[in-house]
Amino acid sequence: MVKFDIFKHELVPKARILSKEEVENLKKTYGIRKEQLPWIRKNDPMCKALGAKPGDVIMIIRKSEIAGEAIAYRYVVPW
Amino acid sequence: MIMSLEGLIKSIGSIKFEILSPDTIRKMSVANIVTADTYDEDGLPIDGGLMDRRLGTIEPGQKCQTCGNRIGQCPGHFGHIELARPVIHAGFAKLIYLILKTTCWNCGRILLSKEDYEKYRRLMEKYKQKWPQLRYKLAERIIKKAKLQKCPYCDKEQYKIKFEKPTTYYEERPEGTIKLTPSEVRARLERIPDEDVELLGLDPKSARPEWMVLTVLPVPPPVVRPSITLETGIRSEDDLTHKLVDIIRINERLKENINAGAPQLIIEDLWELLQYHVTTYFNNETSGIPPARHRSGRPLRTLTQRLKGKEGRFRSNLSGKRVDFSARTVISPDPFLSINEVGVPIEIAKVLTIPERVTKMNIEEMRRLVENGPDVHPGANYIIRPDGRRIDLRFPKDRKAIANSLDVGYIVERHIRDGDIVLFNRQPSLHRMSIMAHKVRVLPYKTFRLNLCVCPPYNADFDGDEMNLHVPQSEEARAEALILMLVQEQILSPRYGGPIIGAIQDYITGAYLLTKKDTLLTREEASQLLIAAGYEGDLPPPAIKEPKELWTGKQLVSLFLPKDLNYTGKASICNKCDVCKKEQCPYDAYVVIRNGVLISGVLDKKSIGAGQPESLLHRIVKDYGTDVAREFMDKAFRLFLAYIDSRGFSLGIDEEELPKEAKEMIREVIREAEENTMKLIEMYNEGLLECLPGRTLEETLETKIMQVLEDAREKAGEIASKYLKSSNSALIMAKTGARGSLMNLAHMVACVGQQSIRGERVTRGYLNRTLPHFKPGDLGAKAHGFVYSSYKDRLNPVEFFFHAMGGREGLVDTAVRTSQSGYMQRRLINALQDLRVEYDGTVRLPNGSIVQFKYGDDGVDPSKSYHGKTVNVDKIIEEVLNK
Ligand SMILES: [Mg+2]
Ligand SMILES: [Zn+2]
Ligand SMILES: [Zn+2]
Ligand SMILES: [Zn+2]
Repeated sequence: MVKFDIFKHELVPKARILSKEEVENLKKTYGIRKEQLPWIRKNDPMCKALGAKPGDVIMIIRKSEIAGEAIAYRYVVPW
Repeated sequence: MIMSLEGLIKSIGSIKFEILSPDTIRKMSVANIVTADTYDEDGLPIDGGLMDRRLGTIEPGQKCQTCGNRIGQCPGHFGHIELARPVIHAGFAKLIYLILKTTCWNCGRILLSKEDYEKYRRLMEKYKQKWPQLRYKLAERIIKKAKLQKCPYCDKEQYKIKFEKPTTYYEERPEGTIKLTPSEVRARLERIPDEDVELLGLDPKSARPEWMVLTVLPVPPPVVRPSITLETGIRSEDDLTHKLVDIIRINERLKENINAGAPQLIIEDLWELLQYHVTTYFNNETSGIPPARHRSGRPLRTLTQRLKGKEGRFRSNLSGKRVDFSARTVISPDPFLSINEVGVPIEIAKVLTIPERVTKMNIEEMRRLVENGPDVHPGANYIIRPDGRRIDLRFPKDRKAIANSLDVGYIVERHIRDGDIVLFNRQPSLHRMSIMAHKVRVLPYKTFRLNLCVCPPYNADFDGDEMNLHVPQSEEARAEALILMLVQEQILSPRYGGPIIGAIQDYITGAYLLTKKDTLLTREEASQLLIAAGYEGDLPPPAIKEPKELWTGKQLVSLFLPKDLNYTGKASICNKCDVCKKEQCPYDAYVVIRNGVLISGVLDKKSIGAGQPESLLHRIVKDYGTDVAREFMDKAFRLFLAYIDSRGFSLGIDEEELPKEAKEMIREVIREAEENTMKLIEMYNEGLLECLPGRTLEETLETKIMQVLEDAREKAGEIASKYLKSSNSALIMAKTGARGSLMNLAHMVACVGQQSIRGERVTRGYLNRTLPHFKPGDLGAKAHGFVYSSYKDRLNPVEFFFHAMGGREGLVDTAVRTSQSGYMQRRLINALQDLRVEYDGTVRLPNGSIVQFKYGDDGVDPSKSYHGKTVNVDKIIEEVLNK
């Protein structure tokens, strides 16, 4: 099967896996545990494309009509 | 009572639901209930009956046999029934089915290969540590996976299990399909080892699967199913008691038959009956079985029915409570009130009270109120002495003495009076402006009165609407209401960036008539209007000095505008000319305000109307604050009403008349449309019509005909509005946006047009025709609901019938839509009510987990923005240019 790079599609937001330090920083700025972030399944095409594993945190940079750019974080969970 | 609970109040850390095991049920039981009878001949409860005294007293003055408390203190105590044979708990039937399917009938192990089993065990351990919330998802996966045909542990062949609602299971064995008895089901569930139970998503300590099959039934105490004694002395039992009586009766009969060695068939029948009674005891609306009924034919209200729905425990008793210090009555309009005020009838003001502490400063006043007592308006109903004793002022004859005994530290529950802050509410409370704080104005008569500008946020009218009023009792509550909830603080709606409170109907017409170019007022007229509006100040120099001093309406309005206000915008009456002539607009539709002076343009819906973003009103609220905006609405708006009052404004059907030539033109337009319709039909019949993409030939014809007829109606309307006099009242209201539309007007004077059902021309009725007056297969306009007449011309019977069809559809639609959107609203609110924006701008749940990283992605409060946008570039440019 030909692998399709979903990130080349203009409607797919940019995303990347956060490093350990970045995750620690994120936890500190929001004062939360990782599980308190919104979740994303590891089977999600986005996670598959990034190679994210359960326990990772990914950062998603969306284009937003009102805010220009909106940043969101997601905690990768199995199932 | 409340004092004694202090120190006992704890906060709930967590809640865990478990299934009652038979042992737990027996342990918490104080009596084994064995007889279906409740009382003996003397009317005393029978021991071992459903009213057994050990279950708690219900008679006043008697001590409980179990806990020694009296009525009210005794919480009631559970009993139990030992079931002769086990029965399925209908609420768990689906889960039991899943478990039976996934486990071996012989040894109870999960039907997974040994490797899979190990893998999932390890996964489950990991999940328990890291993702406890996801355990159930894993269990779901295991249940889906466990489908081996042969048990890897005992090598037994597995059979297909079938589930028939609500509580029956069948097994398809090679020798034939057999029914599984609850006993057999329970035996199988018992065989499942604890480790396997865990993989199925259950905690074996708190929910062993076999507990889903009942062997013991808890009997709730009489306090939750009290019997009522009617005036005739006949005792009437609660529905739950009735149901329990049924259960015990069948249970005893089943027991006797088993002991007597009765034939299997009889036992099975009774067993099934017992299952039926237990199932309906839990839920009398279980699908698949008839509901148990009272002798009168009324279905019994059993456990589920007590909790469920609008009248259930949750919605009716827990989320909805009745309150004191509230009032409800019909509402009516009063344009002489401020938008912040509410008119309260004296009768109501004498019942609603506010507790006021007596101080050195107010003692004289409080004495006067006490002296007035409960029946004279600014009075008081109660006094609370520092020792906590309440004195009811209704009874003592000498209130003067009581008034004199008043001292600092006493609390007087005085009547509400002018200026007190109250909450005012109209259901359905769909948004936060449905409850706003108002200042009281005590008035004669029996209705609540409100300013017309607050009709839009409440969605109120005066065709019999009622509203509720609540009196906050503490200083904090009053302060909060005043600062956050006062009407003037709610002018800007968070739904869209614009004022939801503003001019409606006559206010708009009045504003237009007053600010029109040709409105000139004499000194007397101008003074009269300004006094009505509460203007205090000098009359500006007249716009026209000779031959007579005259003032324009624009001059008067300008007196109420902030002195440094600049605004430009188009009015509703704007014709949308291709090239806008701006200030030179021949229709005076270009509104310009320079330094607080209305230079050109008329005020109408676009500039002062309710719900108009980026309007003059919006600008005033945003730039000058809510106080200025409120004053503008209280004063300038009254000016508009005073003007429309003195000028007069009316409308009669006689005025909606067109000159002959216009009527002729309209007739011609419609005749043309009819001709075109016939041409289309001809083309269709000859097969010359070309299909539109994605449509059949018939659909193409329909859309084309619809289009032709719609165009005709529109053209007729255009002709009509062109030929109507510009002084026509209906036309003025439509153009200014006060009420109605040009389409309504066209319906009245020109042509009502096509009636539609489900967006199509009328097609239903008789075979191949809508009414027997038409030839079968007639596709013409007349035969499918086109109304040629205008309302003024009167509709003929056929037209009237089609019009009624269309009208009925509209009514049904609104009825259906309100109930559907109401349900959706309920669910949305239940899902979103606990979200909140934290100080760091994130949207979070109460447990701190994040829903949105920045509120709305941009952190903008729509009610503080320009129509949802952060900055209004046009306004900034204008401001810079003006400097
Ligand atoms: Mg109404
Ligand atoms: Zn008791
Ligand atoms: Zn087995
Ligand atoms: Zn114009």
